[in-house]
Amino acid sequence: MAPVFDYAPAPESRSIVDIASSYGLFIDGEFTEAADGKVFKTVSPSTEEVLAEVAEATEEDVDRAVKAARKAFEKWSALPGSERAKYLFRIARIIQERSRELAVLETLDNGKPIKETRDADLPLVAAHFFYYAGWADKLDHAGYGANPKPLGVAGQVIPWNFPLLMLAWKIAPALATGNTVVLKPAETTPLSALFFADICRQAGLPKGVVNILTGDGRAGAALIAHPDVNKVAFTGSTAVGKEIARTVAGTRKKVTLELGGKGANIVFDDAPIDQAVEGIVNGIFFNQGQVCCAGSRLLVQESVQDELLDSLKRRLSTLRLGDPLDKNTDIGAINSAEQLARITKLADLGEAEGAERWSPACELPENGYWFAPTLFTNVTQAHTVARDEIFGPVLSVLTFRTPDEAVAKANNTPYGLSAGIWTEKGSRILAVANKLRAGVIWSNTFNKFDPTSPFGGYKESGFGREGGRHGLEAYLDV
Amino acid sequence: MSDRLNVLKTYKLYVGGKFPRSESGRVYEVTDAKGKWLANAPLSSRKDARDAVVAARKAFGGWSGATAYNRGQILYRVAEMLEGRRDQYVREVAEAEGLSKSKAAEQVDAAIDRWVWYAGWTDKIAQVVGGGNPVAGPFFNLSSPEPTGVVAVLAPQESSFLGLVSVVAPVIATGNTAVVVASEKSPLPALSLGEVLATSDLPGGVVNILSGRTAEIAAPLAAHQDVNAIDLAGADEVLAKELEIAAADNLKRVLRPQPVDNWTATPGTDRMTAFLETKTVWHPTGSLGASGSAY
Amino acid sequence: MPTTAPNALSDVTASDSTLRRFLHGLPGVDAVGLEARAASLGTRSIKTTAKAYAIDLAISMVDLTTLEGADTPGKVRALGAKAVRPDPTDRTAPATAAVCVYPDMVATAKEAVAGSTVKVASVATAFPAGRAPIAVKLADVREAVAAGADEIDMVIDRGAFLAGNYMKVYDEITAVKEACGASARLKVIFETGELSTYDNIRRASWLGMLAGADFIKTSTGKVAVNATPANTLLMLEAVRDFRAQTGVQVGVKPAGGIRTSKDAVKFLVLVNETAGEDWLDNHWFRFGASSLLNDLLMQRQKLATGRYSGPDYVTVD
Repeated sequence: MAPVFDYAPAPESRSIVDIASSYGLFIDGEFTEAADGKVFKTVSPSTEEVLAEVAEATEEDVDRAVKAARKAFEKWSALPGSERAKYLFRIARIIQERSRELAVLETLDNGKPIKETRDADLPLVAAHFFYYAGWADKLDHAGYGANPKPLGVAGQVIPWNFPLLMLAWKIAPALATGNTVVLKPAETTPLSALFFADICRQAGLPKGVVNILTGDGRAGAALIAHPDVNKVAFTGSTAVGKEIARTVAGTRKKVTLELGGKGANIVFDDAPIDQAVEGIVNGIFFNQGQVCCAGSRLLVQESVQDELLDSLKRRLSTLRLGDPLDKNTDIGAINSAEQLARITKLADLGEAEGAERWSPACELPENGYWFAPTLFTNVTQAHTVARDEIFGPVLSVLTFRTPDEAVAKANNTPYGLSAGIWTEKGSRILAVANKLRAGVIWSNTFNKFDPTSPFGGYKESGFGREGGRHGLEAYLDV
Repeated sequence: MSDRLNVLKTYKLYVGGKFPRSESGRVYEVTDAKGKWLANAPLSSRKDARDAVVAARKAFGGWSGATAYNRGQILYRVAEMLEGRRDQYVREVAEAEGLSKSKAAEQVDAAIDRWVWYAGWTDKIAQVVGGGNPVAGPFFNLSSPEPTGVVAVLAPQESSFLGLVSVVAPVIATGNTAVVVASEKSPLPALSLGEVLATSDLPGGVVNILSGRTAEIAAPLAAHQDVNAIDLAGADEVLAKELEIAAADNLKRVLRPQPVDNWTATPGTDRMTAFLETKTVWHPTGSLGASGSAY
Repeated sequence: MPTTAPNALSDVTASDSTLRRFLHGLPGVDAVGLEARAASLGTRSIKTTAKAYAIDLAISMVDLTTLEGADTPGKVRALGAKAVRPDPTDRTAPATAAVCVYPDMVATAKEAVAGSTVKVASVATAFPAGRAPIAVKLADVREAVAAGADEIDMVIDRGAFLAGNYMKVYDEITAVKEACGASARLKVIFETGELSTYDNIRRASWLGMLAGADFIKTSTGKVAVNATPANTLLMLEAVRDFRAQTGVQVGVKPAGGIRTSKDAVKFLVLVNETAGEDWLDNHWFRFGASSLLNDLLMQRQKLATGRYSGPDYVTVD
C-alpha cells in the first residue's frame, strides 16, 4: 500500500450559523446603536474575512447599560432562588440545543479548531450554567452564612481566548447569586456574546439582567470605573489586571482577577512518558497556547531529556495545522494580527538570546494569522521566553536534576496560576503539589476544567476563584 | 510602700525572633491617654520594614509547612504565656487606651481567648473551606486552602491589644507569616506581645512587629514585591487608598479597612480566608484495569 | 530504559532478574491519559477519498477468522473463497490478508486460497487457554507449519506472566519461534483482557518482541474484553519504540470486537498517528475479525454507488 493516509478535508458546515452584517449593543433587552453610532469590524482570524460590524460602546453607553442593570437588580435579586435557577437551566439547555451553531461561530470569530469548540468550549459552557443554576436556590448551604446577599451590578470584562466559556464563567455565578450583569467581550471576539444575548431573549430572561457591550479597552475601563458598579470581574492580562486593581482602590467594589501565567509542566524520569508527551502537547498547543494556564515551561529531568524531546518532536510532527473548521485540525489560527506580532517578537527574542528554536515542518496558510508550533531548547531561567507570558504555541524547555530544583524553578516566576506534575510515584506527586505555588495543579494530566472545580491564581496571576462553591463568594456580599 | 525607683523597660522591635532597636536609631515618645510619658518606642524605618519582610519570607517555608496541629499547639502556647503575664497587659492596655483596670482586663481576657479560638482553627479551616470537587471525568479533584505568604498587617489604631491580636492571629493560624505595624500611638502592648511570642515556641520571623509612623512603614510594605498581602485595618481612608494603589504593583491581596465597633464579638472566618489561596489538584483515577468499564 | 545500541537489549534476557528489571523499568502507563488519547484520535473525521483508501486498506488487513468447535472443511473452504474474493460483484475489492483457522484446518485452508495472495494463519499452542504442556504446544505448532501455515498465532502463558515468571513466557515464545522455522511468521497473543493492566500490556509487548515475535496481537477473541483502541494504541507505541531502539519492525494485530468500518478506520488512524505510515500495510498491521469484512464491503459499495447497501448484498460466509 503505497500512498500515505491523507485525510481528505472534513470541514464542519458553516451554514449552520447565520451571522448578521451588523450588531448593536444589548442594553435593557434591546439591541441598540452606540451613542455616537460608531462601529468596528470583527474578522475571522483564519482568513481575515470580515464577519460583521459591531457597535463600539462609549462611556455614555456604559452608563446606560449600568443603569439598566441597576434597575433590573431590584426585581432579579428579589426573585426566589428557585426561579433564578430555572432561568439558568433554560439558558443551559438552549446552549446545548444550539451548541453546534455556537461552536462554528466561535471557531469563525476566534480561529480555534472546531474540534476544541465542539468538544471543549461548548460542553463546558453548558455545564457551567447547569452547575450554577443549581446553586441559585441553595445559597444558604454554601458556607457563607444564612441568606447571603448579592452585591448588585457586576461589571465583567472577558478575553478573546475562550469567549463564550469566559462569559459563562462570569455570568452564570453572577446571575445565580442574584446580581445583574454588564459584560464586555473582547474586541476581537464579540460575536458569541451577542448570540448569547439572543439566548437570553429565548430564555425569557428579564430585561436588563444581562447587558452586553461590545467595544475596546476604553469601554472596559469605563465599565470598571463606573461608580454604580459593585463588582468587577476581569480575565485578561496581568498588566490590565494591575490597572484595574489601581482603579478600584479606595472603593467598596469587590474584585476578582484571572490573569496571566507561565505554568511549569514538570516531567520526572519515572513519568508515563507517552501520556506526558500528550500532556505537554495539550498544555501548550491547546487553543494555540493562548491559554492563561498553559504549560508554557517544560521542566524535564535531565536524565530523560533526550528521550522525551525525541518523543515530543515526533508527536509535534503529527499536529495538523490549518482550516479551523476542518474537524481534523489540531492547530488553528492566532486570534489577531496584534497577538501574532507579539508571539513573533518574543519567539525572535528567544532565538536572539541563544535558545535553540525548532518547529515541525508545517505549511502556514497564506491568509490569516498563523504561527507554527515552536519549541525552544537550551532555555534557562534567565531567558525571556522562560519568564514572559507568550500566549502562543511556544514551549520553552528547561531541565532540572532533583525534585527540589524542579520546585524552585517552577515557583521562580511572579505568576502562579497552573502547573503540571508527571511521575508514577504517588508520594512525589503529593509532595511536589504541596510545594508548588499555583492555584491549579494537574498531576499526570493537563488543562482539565470543570464547573465544580475552583480555578484561579496565586501571586500576579490574580485573585479570587471561579468555579465550584468557591466561585460564589466573588458575587456575594460576604 | 517603698520609694524604690522602677526599672523601666526599653521597648524594642521584634524581627526574625530577635529584639533589635530600629535601624534608624530613632525613637518616639509614647504617652498614655492623658499625655503622660510611658516609654520611647522605636521609630521604624523603611529598612526595618525591609528586614522584617526578609525575616517573614525566611520563616514562611517552615511555618506553612508545619502541621496544622503543631501550629495549633504553638498558638495555644501563646495564650498560656499571655495568661501568665495578664497583669502586665492589663496595665499596658489600661494606660494605652485610657481604660479602667476592669475594662482593660476585659480586653486582655478577650485577647487571650482569641488566641485560643484561633489555635483551634488551625486544623479545621481546611475542612471548612476546602474539599473534593465532583468533576465530570475520571479524576480525583481536591481543593485545599493554602497560606498566601507574607502578609503585612497594619494593626488597628484604637484597639491596641485585642484589635492587634484579632488581626495577627488569623493571619498566622493558617500558615502565613506577618509583618505587623503596631498602633502608632499605642504600640507598647504590641511590642510586649513580641516578648510573649519569643517564648511560645513560635519560630522566629513568623511574626515581626514594628512600631513607628504607620504611613511611613506601610508605604514600603505596600509596594514591596515580596509581600503577598496587606491588611489595611490600621489605615485611614486616604492612606488605605494610597496603599491599595501601591499594592496593585504585584497584585497583593488587600483587606480593606472595615469599621469594627466591637472587637470582642466572635469573629467569623473572613480574616483567615482573606489570606488563603485555594489550590486545586487534579489526579487521574481511571479504571483498575485495561478493560475499560467492564470491571 | 537501556541506551540505543541494538545489541544492548541482548543483555536484557540474560537472566530472570535482568528481564524482570527491564520490563519493570519500562515507563508506566497512565490509564486515563492513554484512553483519552485513543478517544481523541477516534474523533478524526475520515471522509471521501481518505475513507475509500482506508476501507480498502482495512479489507487487505483482515485476518478472516473462524475458530469454532463446529468448523468443518466446508466452512473453511467458504471462508477461503471469501478471503480471496471478498466481493463477488466487484473484482476491485482487495483480498484479505489471511484466513485464520485451527491447526487441523490448515491444509483445507491452504487449498482454498491456493494461487492467491491470501496467507493461512493458524492459532496454535493450545489456543485459546494455552494450558497444555510445552511439548503439546510445540507439536501443535509443528503440525500447523507442516500443513503449510504461513503464520502462527500463539497464546502466551498468562498464568506464568501474571505470576511474574517472565523467563518462562520468554522461553516458550522463543521455542515456538524456533518451531515456526524460517517459513512461518509468529504472532504472539497476549490476551490483554486477562493481563488486565496497561503496564502489563506494555511489558508483555516488549517481552514478546524481545523473544522474536513478528507480530504482537491483543487477544484471542474468546474473552470478555478483546481489542480496544487504548490497548492497540499502547501496543503501537511499543512497536514504534522497539524499532527506534533495535531497528527491528514488528507488526500489530488487534483481534476481537472490531465489527464496523468506523471502528476499523479509527484503528487505522491510531496506526497512522502513532507507529506511522510504515505500518499501514498488511505486512505490519492486521485485523483479527470475521463480521468486520462484510461491513467494510457494504461501506465500500456505498462509497461506489452513493446508496446504502444491505446484508443481502454481501456474502454470509
